[in-house]
Amino acid sequence: MFYREAGDFKTSYQDDNQTFPIKFDRYRYYFVLFVAFAIIPFIINDYWANAVFLPFLIYAIAAIGLNILTGYCGQVSLGTGGFMAVGGYAIYKFMTAFPDVNVFFHVILAGLVTAFVGVLFGLPSLRIKGFYLAVATLAAQFFLVWLFNRVPWFYNYSASGQITAPERTVFSNPVTGANSEPWMVYLFCLVFLVMLTLVARNLTRGALGRSWMAIRDMDIAAEIIGVNPLKAKLTAFAVSSFYVGVAGALYFSVYLGAAETEAFGITKSFNILFMIIIGGLGSIFGSFAGAAFLVLLPVVLKNVLVAWLGWPTDLAAHLEFLIVGGLIITFLILEPHGLAQLWRVTKEKLRLWPFPY
Amino acid sequence: MKKTLLSLAIASAALGAPVSAELVYPSLSYRTGPFAVGGIPFADGYADYFTLINERDGGIGGEMAKVLECETAYNTEKGVECYEATKDSGSLLYQPLSTGITYQLIPKAEADGIPILSSGYGRTSAKNGKVFRHTFNFPVNYWDGASIGINHFKEQAGGSLEGKKVTLLHFNGAYGKEPIRTLQELSKMEGFEFNTIPIDYPGQEQKSQWLQIRRERPDYILFWGWGVMNQVAVQEASNIRFPMENFMGIWWSGAEQDVLPAGDGANGYKSLQFQGVGSDYPLYDDMKKYVVDAGKAAGDGSNVGSVIYNRGLYAAFLAHQITLDAQEMNGTSSVTPAMMRDAMEQFTLTAADYEAAGLGGFGPDIKVSCENHGGLGTAAITQWDASAQKWSLITDYMPSNYDLINKLVMEDSMQYAAENNITPNCD
Amino acid sequence: MPEQLVFAMEVFLNGLMAGVLYALVALGFVLIYKASGIFNYAQGVMALFSAMTLVGIMEGQIPFSHLINAILGTSVHHFGWHLPAALAILVTMGVMVLLAWLVQVVIFRHLVNQEPIILFMATIGLAYFLEGLGDLMWGSDIKKLDVGLPQGINLWIDETTFNIFDYGFFIDNLDIVATIIAAILVGILVAFSQYTKQGRAMRAVADDHQAALSVGVSLSFIWVMVWSVAGFVALVAGIMWGAKSGVQFSLSLIALKALPVLMLGGFTSIPGAIVGGLIIGVGEKLFEFAIGPIIGGATENWFAYVLALVFLVFRPQGLFGDKIIERV
Repeated sequence: MFYREAGDFKTSYQDDNQTFPIKFDRYRYYFVLFVAFAIIPFIINDYWANAVFLPFLIYAIAAIGLNILTGYCGQVSLGTGGFMAVGGYAIYKFMTAFPDVNVFFHVILAGLVTAFVGVLFGLPSLRIKGFYLAVATLAAQFFLVWLFNRVPWFYNYSASGQITAPERTVFSNPVTGANSEPWMVYLFCLVFLVMLTLVARNLTRGALGRSWMAIRDMDIAAEIIGVNPLKAKLTAFAVSSFYVGVAGALYFSVYLGAAETEAFGITKSFNILFMIIIGGLGSIFGSFAGAAFLVLLPVVLKNVLVAWLGWPTDLAAHLEFLIVGGLIITFLILEPHGLAQLWRVTKEKLRLWPFPY
Repeated sequence: MKKTLLSLAIASAALGAPVSAELVYPSLSYRTGPFAVGGIPFADGYADYFTLINERDGGIGGEMAKVLECETAYNTEKGVECYEATKDSGSLLYQPLSTGITYQLIPKAEADGIPILSSGYGRTSAKNGKVFRHTFNFPVNYWDGASIGINHFKEQAGGSLEGKKVTLLHFNGAYGKEPIRTLQELSKMEGFEFNTIPIDYPGQEQKSQWLQIRRERPDYILFWGWGVMNQVAVQEASNIRFPMENFMGIWWSGAEQDVLPAGDGANGYKSLQFQGVGSDYPLYDDMKKYVVDAGKAAGDGSNVGSVIYNRGLYAAFLAHQITLDAQEMNGTSSVTPAMMRDAMEQFTLTAADYEAAGLGGFGPDIKVSCENHGGLGTAAITQWDASAQKWSLITDYMPSNYDLINKLVMEDSMQYAAENNITPNCD
Repeated sequence: MPEQLVFAMEVFLNGLMAGVLYALVALGFVLIYKASGIFNYAQGVMALFSAMTLVGIMEGQIPFSHLINAILGTSVHHFGWHLPAALAILVTMGVMVLLAWLVQVVIFRHLVNQEPIILFMATIGLAYFLEGLGDLMWGSDIKKLDVGLPQGINLWIDETTFNIFDYGFFIDNLDIVATIIAAILVGILVAFSQYTKQGRAMRAVADDHQAALSVGVSLSFIWVMVWSVAGFVALVAGIMWGAKSGVQFSLSLIALKALPVLMLGGFTSIPGAIVGGLIIGVGEKLFEFAIGPIIGGATENWFAYVLALVFLVFRPQGLFGDKIIERV
């Protein structure tokens, strides 16, 4: 009844091409943006920022990045942690070398550096396919982590090898370092997320996105009709690594504040891969859903089990694993294509509501 | 979005609980994950000590002590989450038991005004209290430990290490790389050849490293490991028949679970310590009576008196003494984190204090000041007796090469101050 | 003989033994992938779970004791018995078969014909679930595994090589035992798949599910069987590694070591897993020995992957893997 296209006529090409053609979708989108920008900064506190929103925003960016590579272009990559490390160490070097430049630009520069590294490690994808490529990207993961541990230049020769983000401000409000306000860091990451999501949505809707999906679906056929696999795969790696690099830069500078290479280990790569698989491959909404699922669920479980029921912390931690695993399996049996597919099915049903067919 | 709102509702109910008049000591423990083998006894010791104080003394200065445990699994993200979750519940003092999490929390605790005590781990240069106003690492730190270890080997070698070969076998992370600078300086000063052999996480496969040791035949090995790599290292050392009395671990690599699996082969393995071993102290009789036999022990009571358990107990003991000082200084029993910090900056502990608490000889003397948040930097050495299956102290608390350590601390802390625009001060 | 060459020989032999242990872990992956096309991310956790169950049964631990104590307020921990190793291994094997059956019935029966990535995701869920279950049942502290395997340097080899080369080689007894056991295991597996009816049925299922169904092979029975065999392989791997370093969480990370072996050898070949394991084991140890000291050590983590990557560039399906045939 509400969610319908009947009566909604487009009168210009611009209207026809817009991202959300259905009015209800558009209003929902504006409402979410409104809540995110205008309401949450006023009610957010340290705990919510650091335990819930910041990880969600940052992992959402990384998940979109990996989704572009794995979901849209079909190249399975397990090197996400290593690329986040590139982003983190790159922004550290930029921040300490050019302290006067605004950290906003540093984040983007860190993303560009990661894009370049990503293209380098994406070269094997021209020859290797499928699960073999996944395991090849693990080479990137372990090598990069080893590199940042080994070469003292990356951590400015400090005695312990840890990097700490110095305080930087945006519009005279500190964004990195311990004096940053929760609403400021939240808004900083949110701005990046919204910008990058818009770019990703439009890239995947456009010619580049179609070439990625062609490679994913049937790469030999795609090559025959004229899609250049080299260009498609390497641009996928580049764009994806840019996103992951931005996520890594934000992860280190805004969220954690200090990091060592363990923070970017193999578990991170697997976590982000799980997010996009649970959320739904090849879908921007899926990246959000998966990130929300894997960030929020442990926190909710912990709060319910430990704070409410008062169980010992190690029992709660074990049960967390059990429940997360069980939920993953249940979701997969119910809906193998992820939460995004559930969402699509819900929307389909809503278009017909209240009629059953 | 839906999940956010739901959890908003649940969590705000949980977090909105009123803070009762208690002294809160958060315990960022790791009872799961790769380092649980060390995390579990520490958390048990920490919790049991406060249970004892509550049961036996009715709390600290009349206020009951509450230990808020939060599981981090040695993961920095969860450490941050635990910190944020517990800091508003009246937390007085953080002891994160993880170098990685400590690095995270140093700037945050500075901004929130809650002190951190990272005894024998964490950021070593936090010893410079003028730069790190809220971070303390008394009684000893890694650079002290490296220096004391070298001194002991020097003594063992007859007074000089000239021409000898010393290897640092270490965890390839921040924790393991801490002593390298110090050892490099010491090698120049003492004339020994120094090299490092890193072990990657998790360190359960160390064949290459020990084959290398077997080829190179160093005279002495210093070992900085944590978790399962400890016991694998000791096992491999005994496999290649390395003379165990020349193999010394830092205080995180010298617990029972590290040496028991190697059986008799581990006999003679040494370790640095900064607290007592065993349960031969009057406090432990009280512990048995009030806590273990009363069924209130955090674990099943079997790890009371083990090395890492004692370390947790020592950490709680220090927190207890600091609280008593803070209560006395301010004439009130409900202390705040700021009071704790001030009390820590003037903290002293003598042999008489230990004796009065039923822990005579349990730890070194401590003297803290604004410039020196790291105490006197002394440690002792214990050795493992495989037939008796116990650790015993073989030296007294010995000092490190104070001038060298201070110089390195200054360098590192000033670099941090420069990077973060901090002016060293004492107010 | 020049000293470096002698050292290199010692490193080479140790590498072969390490490679055998990696191959042992990789075998579990290959078995399941061959029969059902599922890349079993949970193989490492299965090794951990089986080892924990073995220790728990041997020591007479009460399963779920921590949970029971927390809910009921009791303080029970052990039954009080100690089982001999051989009997405990049989019981653990029974548990793994039960687990295989449950996995088949609860998870994979509902996911027949889904894409590989979905099945992979299901095994990820299974890994989380098993890890939580294992910790909940037996506790997450470290446990000592003692099934009577010898450890320590093999003195005979030490003396003999000292007499020949003036330098005694270090070969661990445990590694020798592991190699022999792995060789026997591989022999049994190959014989099983070649010469028994069930083995042939397994190969038929690996070739083509539909065709196997049409000749009357029960898919679910074969899958339960395959998962049980993989469980048994995981148990053996868990015992070997658990005897070296105790049974705790990091045991599940040995699966990561098996991945480059699979890349190199191909996901679908048992001889490939063995050969791949040997190449990776020797390669990473020799690289660490020769180049490690120059670039700072701890190269083992990534060199195996780089080595496998180089092989893959020349042979994208691994040494022995099925050639990827794509149809337009």
